[in-house]
Amino acid sequence: MELVYEWFRELYQTTGINLPFIYDSYDRGRLIDGFLTTVELSLICLFFSVVIGIIGAWLQGSSFTWTRRIVNGYIQLFRNTPPLVQLYFFYFAIGSMLPRVETEWGGQAPMLGSFAWAVISLSFFAGAFNVEIFRSGIEAVPKSTVEAAESLGFSRFQIYRDVTLPLAIRVVLPSLNNNLVNLVKTTTLAYAIAVPEMLYESAQIWSDNVNVPEMMIFLLIAYFVLVGILVWGMNRWERALKIPGFGS
Amino acid sequence: MTQRSRSHDAPPKKTDMAVMLPVKRKAHDPFRLKLTPWHGVFLALVCIFTTSYGYATTAPEVDSIRTVMLRWMPLLLEGFLFNILISILSMAVGTAVGTMLGLAQISLMPPIRHSSWFVTQFFRNAPWLVLLFFAMYLLPFEFTIAGVTIPFPDWIKAIIGLSLPVMANVSEIVRGAVLSLPSGQWEAAESLAYTRRQTLWLIILPQCVKRMLPPWMNLYSILTMATVLASIVGVSEVMTLAGRVLAAEDGRTDLLAPLYSFVLFLFFVYCYPIARWTVYLESKFAVKG
Repeated sequence: MELVYEWFRELYQTTGINLPFIYDSYDRGRLIDGFLTTVELSLICLFFSVVIGIIGAWLQGSSFTWTRRIVNGYIQLFRNTPPLVQLYFFYFAIGSMLPRVETEWGGQAPMLGSFAWAVISLSFFAGAFNVEIFRSGIEAVPKSTVEAAESLGFSRFQIYRDVTLPLAIRVVLPSLNNNLVNLVKTTTLAYAIAVPEMLYESAQIWSDNVNVPEMMIFLLIAYFVLVGILVWGMNRWERALKIPGFGS
Repeated sequence: MTQRSRSHDAPPKKTDMAVMLPVKRKAHDPFRLKLTPWHGVFLALVCIFTTSYGYATTAPEVDSIRTVMLRWMPLLLEGFLFNILISILSMAVGTAVGTMLGLAQISLMPPIRHSSWFVTQFFRNAPWLVLLFFAMYLLPFEFTIAGVTIPFPDWIKAIIGLSLPVMANVSEIVRGAVLSLPSGQWEAAESLAYTRRQTLWLIILPQCVKRMLPPWMNLYSILTMATVLASIVGVSEVMTLAGRVLAAEDGRTDLLAPLYSFVLFLFFVYCYPIARWTVYLESKFAVKG
């Protein structure tokens, strides 16, 4: 390992290509933390946005007009406004209304930190898209299948959980895949409210070392790889869930 | 089921077997939320009531939220117009370059095809914010061509930074539209002795425009919402101005919610009709099957 660090230090001295996040232990630690925060943020948001999508799609099939209206209002509001302003709204406007709690050192701190607000805001943003996606999948499930389940005495919830959803998920996987990729890319917005994710830590590193081009190229490659891993995993899942004789 | 009772069923079904139906895009209008002027009145009333509540809770010597909002509204609207300007310009640049890139993706020459595919995928998979930083920090702030110094202000760099992902997405839209045309079109043109270029310009692309319009408009509305990212890199658009308004009002925390709601509202008013229109066009152009 020391040899590698030495080589990159040498690289900096001879060519001027400065990659401190490899040879400098402090910068390396920061970047690894940032990377892990990005992964953590992405995974938590992925989970919650899918949960919101599933619940929202279920509520959209409700027989109460007002439930449907509220869900539709939520979708339209979150789809047609900038995610960054949503994030600011949640973090600054709602965050400042919440009561402050006492920290263990006796100071005052907001009830929810920036990471928590980023999770909430981004989950709701991606969730709005997921509701639409799941709804289109649920509509693709034949009515007769649902009727068959009804005649077997399944309740509405059981039908949704055991019959409709498993079929719908297979139909919507490609578009879900697309939206989740978008979500991973949107996690960079958390930079704006100082969540220490990868972009934030990179910005710290490039302001300390003045190596903007190197960090930029590293960032582009890093996100390319992250998104690539997600797409690869989703494609595998898609193939594993494939219904024989349906789709190409 | 006898033949006779079958004939009474209003729309004759092809089969009684349970089959997976294709995903219906517009069976139930996803934009079931049909906004009428009445809703606008309702929203305005909500705004007035919440701001009056805010007024009631603030000390009498400071200006009420309503006065403050009215005072700064022209400035914020101006900022929003700047957002729209940025979005239109980067859409124009992105579409022009992206169309080229998309056509390069269906080129017959493998090096061009593969390299343009790579460029498209690369910019499509990179976060918008990172690309914006990329353009902001790596482009020079002025150009000197033949002794003439051309300044290169922040907002032009923002336009370039935002047009990079637009370019990649347009490229994919163009490629998808060209591939979605039946190959019979190509073959028919070939049999009529059209050259490849003629086929593309006269036969394929005119048909693609219709298919590309809904995703293109969708992309435009995404881009419009992404223009606020320029505030992070210091372009004085609506979000930056909102921050300055806040600073000018001594950072009153009760102003946060109305200010940000107002910005959200502006974008909603602009983007919601576009979304509705996109859905309408999609259903209009949809192949009846």
